[in-house]
Amino acid sequence: MHALPDVKVVDVSKKFGTKIVAVDNVSLEVYDKEYFSLLGPSGCGKTTLLRMIAGLIEPSEGEIFIENKPVSKLPPEDRGIGFVFQTYALFPHMDVWDNVTYGPRVKAWEKSKSESVGREMLEMVHLYERKTALPHELSGGMMQRVALSRALAAGGRLLLLDEPLGALDAKIRLELRYEVRRLVKDLELTAIHVTHDQGEAMAISDRIAVMKKGKILQIGTPQELYTNPKHIFVANFIGENNFLEGYVTKTSGGKVQIELRGGLAASGSDTFIKEGERVVLAVRPETFTIEKGQKKRANSLFGVVERVRYEGTNIRYEVRLENEDMVVVVRPSLMGEWFSTGDRVTLSFPSEKSYVFPYPSRGLQEELAVE
Amino acid sequence: MPDSKLVQRLDRISSKPLVRNSVYLGSVVFFFGVILVPPILGIFLKWNAMDEVFQDPALMTRASSAIYASFGIAFLVAFLGLIAGLPFAWFIARGKSRWLSIIDTLADIPFIIPTVTLGYSLLLFWNRPGGVSQLFDGSTPLVPEGWLLIALLHFAFSYPAVVRVIVGAILDYKVVYEEASRTLGAPPLTASRTVTLPILKSSLIAAFTLAFSRSLSETGATVMVAGLFETGVVFINNTRVLRQEGPMVFVSLVLILAASLVYLAIRLLGPRFKIPVTRVWPYAERKLSDFKVTVFRDSLTNLIFIVIVLIPSLFIVLPVVGALTGGTLNQAVAGTGVWQGYWQSLLLSYVVATVVTLLNVVLSLPVAVLIARKRWGAGASTALDVLSNVPLIVPSIALGASMGIFWRNFAFVPEVALIIFAHLSITYPYFVRTMVGAIERVTMDLEEASRTLGARPFTVFRTIIVPLTKYSLFAGTIMMFARSVDETGATLAVVSQLKTVPVLLVDWVKRPAEVGATPFDIALGAGVLVLFSFVILLVLRYVVRGRH
Repeated sequence: MHALPDVKVVDVSKKFGTKIVAVDNVSLEVYDKEYFSLLGPSGCGKTTLLRMIAGLIEPSEGEIFIENKPVSKLPPEDRGIGFVFQTYALFPHMDVWDNVTYGPRVKAWEKSKSESVGREMLEMVHLYERKTALPHELSGGMMQRVALSRALAAGGRLLLLDEPLGALDAKIRLELRYEVRRLVKDLELTAIHVTHDQGEAMAISDRIAVMKKGKILQIGTPQELYTNPKHIFVANFIGENNFLEGYVTKTSGGKVQIELRGGLAASGSDTFIKEGERVVLAVRPETFTIEKGQKKRANSLFGVVERVRYEGTNIRYEVRLENEDMVVVVRPSLMGEWFSTGDRVTLSFPSEKSYVFPYPSRGLQEELAVE
Repeated sequence: MPDSKLVQRLDRISSKPLVRNSVYLGSVVFFFGVILVPPILGIFLKWNAMDEVFQDPALMTRASSAIYASFGIAFLVAFLGLIAGLPFAWFIARGKSRWLSIIDTLADIPFIIPTVTLGYSLLLFWNRPGGVSQLFDGSTPLVPEGWLLIALLHFAFSYPAVVRVIVGAILDYKVVYEEASRTLGAPPLTASRTVTLPILKSSLIAAFTLAFSRSLSETGATVMVAGLFETGVVFINNTRVLRQEGPMVFVSLVLILAASLVYLAIRLLGPRFKIPVTRVWPYAERKLSDFKVTVFRDSLTNLIFIVIVLIPSLFIVLPVVGALTGGTLNQAVAGTGVWQGYWQSLLLSYVVATVVTLLNVVLSLPVAVLIARKRWGAGASTALDVLSNVPLIVPSIALGASMGIFWRNFAFVPEVALIIFAHLSITYPYFVRTMVGAIERVTMDLEEASRTLGARPFTVFRTIIVPLTKYSLFAGTIMMFARSVDETGATLAVVSQLKTVPVLLVDWVKRPAEVGATPFDIALGAGVLVLFSFVILLVLRYVVRGRH
């Protein structure tokens, strides 16, 4: 059973002017001590939602609760939060120490307490020895760690992180994302983390809300979102997918028979699709098995290898099917047979690991678009 | 449309280092030969004349008092301007009132009113019968001519400049710092005091310096409202009228040196000056961030603006209406009586301003490029940067006095050329400062991208720099033109026969009986100056907009 919701967002919208709806009637609950991520492409409203939770923007409609108290009328300084900005926002005229102890100072904590908290937080991010440095003297990773320790030192139990790793080099980003999660868990905080990087969200979150155009499409654990996407956009945005268009020819017991373009046959799993409906079959690249020649069996598709890319851990094949659709197949590089450009191959996949979605009314490309 | 042959030729020859360096060298020679050296050298040519002051203790006391008064008033005005201007700028930049755009526009009004007009308007409002004195004891002026009236005048014209600089800084400021402070628990006032203000410190210092130097330098309006009280510039004007060269040279020299020292001190010590951020009074500052206190602060700051700046600045409208409805307008149009010389002066003012603007645009742009792009190295760039500020920080009448002495050694130089030289010096920094800032904002990447695509240096200049700095180019040109039309101090110091409009108006105010000018004449004369300035600004704006 979940703990009580630490943050509750109820029917919240944010409109800028009369035309722009940045956040559209969103509701969600973030549980106590949970690491929660808001994931979505640029402009989907995730930062606006986070800033409303922080009190930096007022919602146009709806209410936000923190620890069961409505906070929409409360200024940011009274919400008991820590906020980590994408650009760090370290005060350029203060050194590391003054930045980190700023929160305790403006809250009039006793000097000894301010100092012990400042020291503890800086030691936790291994930067105590740089306490006299000015922000511009630090590397990007250091600045981010100072920003994090500053937010933590203010004593809030809710940590809000707005693309906190977005401005860092790839390698440092990978290191820091685990460090951030470790700190949050060690200190038993609740965290809401905004990111557009699905790998980052998957790696650090207990649960993720996927957003698009101001709305939440699905909330779930990383595994749920990956293995059981409820929306075609989620299926595409989390991980990678092949989308094959077709019509449902038969449904029975949660299984769906589909006739793909060019008369190819395949089957997938879904209980809500009706016969005759236009659908999109989604199959992840790693779900396919690939073998040489044309071997007729259930859920098999024939094609020719058009491109091969070695990616280290995996090999990536682009295969042109008989109906001219292109699918991507990813196989571990150290296992199984390797194929070459021009090889005729058979691709197969288990129907229970594919998903069938109704064909989007606005068109497939429009529904999958991230911008 | 293909480029004309002349442009193509200029593009081609701009690739030659010799040509480029000749253009830069020419502009630097112009800067030293016309803008900087004559206004400084003139004083040294009359070095010995200063003995008169050293040998006369009474004269020395009078001169010293005048100099102290100049600096005292400038400091007071700049300090109060900053104290009162900061909350008003905050209100304009961050406020949510629906009247904000109107207040924002009103705040610029004292900008477009030439200071001599402003001076006469304030004189009528605070001092003359029919002004605010009537609300109290009408028999005596509420504010007599003297230091307080000078301070009120200087506050009125420097306040909008202070507000404009701070509003710009607040709008450019990254709000994320303040947001970070709020999320860490700071109430709005604490966030502003400990984070925003320290980050805006350089702009606050710039605003203070601007108000200080404007107060120190303003001459025409100050002479109008000073009465018998003497500041440095009034002293120079009085001694100039009496042809007392020694005291004039002495006070000019001291003002030039002291202003330069103050400017240098602000530049050197400014970065070290720290706004205290470590002490925090959470409860008091939270109370002061309260909505009611904020409303009170905004109301007070608006009241100060309306009562001290806006109404006195616009008070001249009343006598102008009187002049328009009475017979003064007919006299003015017919050019009879006191108006005989007015139109000639107006023409002179605008011809001089046009010539000065054109010359400075052409001859100072290469210097702006040299400073912004450090073409001759960082040292040369810093030196030129500091030196080009000198005419801005030194009282214009002191520069004019020195320049007059210098150029009168060359008998062939006509008086109109003296006025042009004086105005070139005074207006030069306005354009260079604006263009240096604008060119610095165009990143080098763009220039380099243009060069790698095959553009020659002049092509880069006209296709990248000019289009991306066109608004600053326009703003700098306008400022220079308006400053030239408004310029009184240096003009007073160099003329003997010719009179630009501000000089003529000062004459009308100081000697109304002798020249036969009524208050309606003076008000209409000052009003026409505002009208012409306004029309020219609108035309220039239209032309620039039409082109782009």
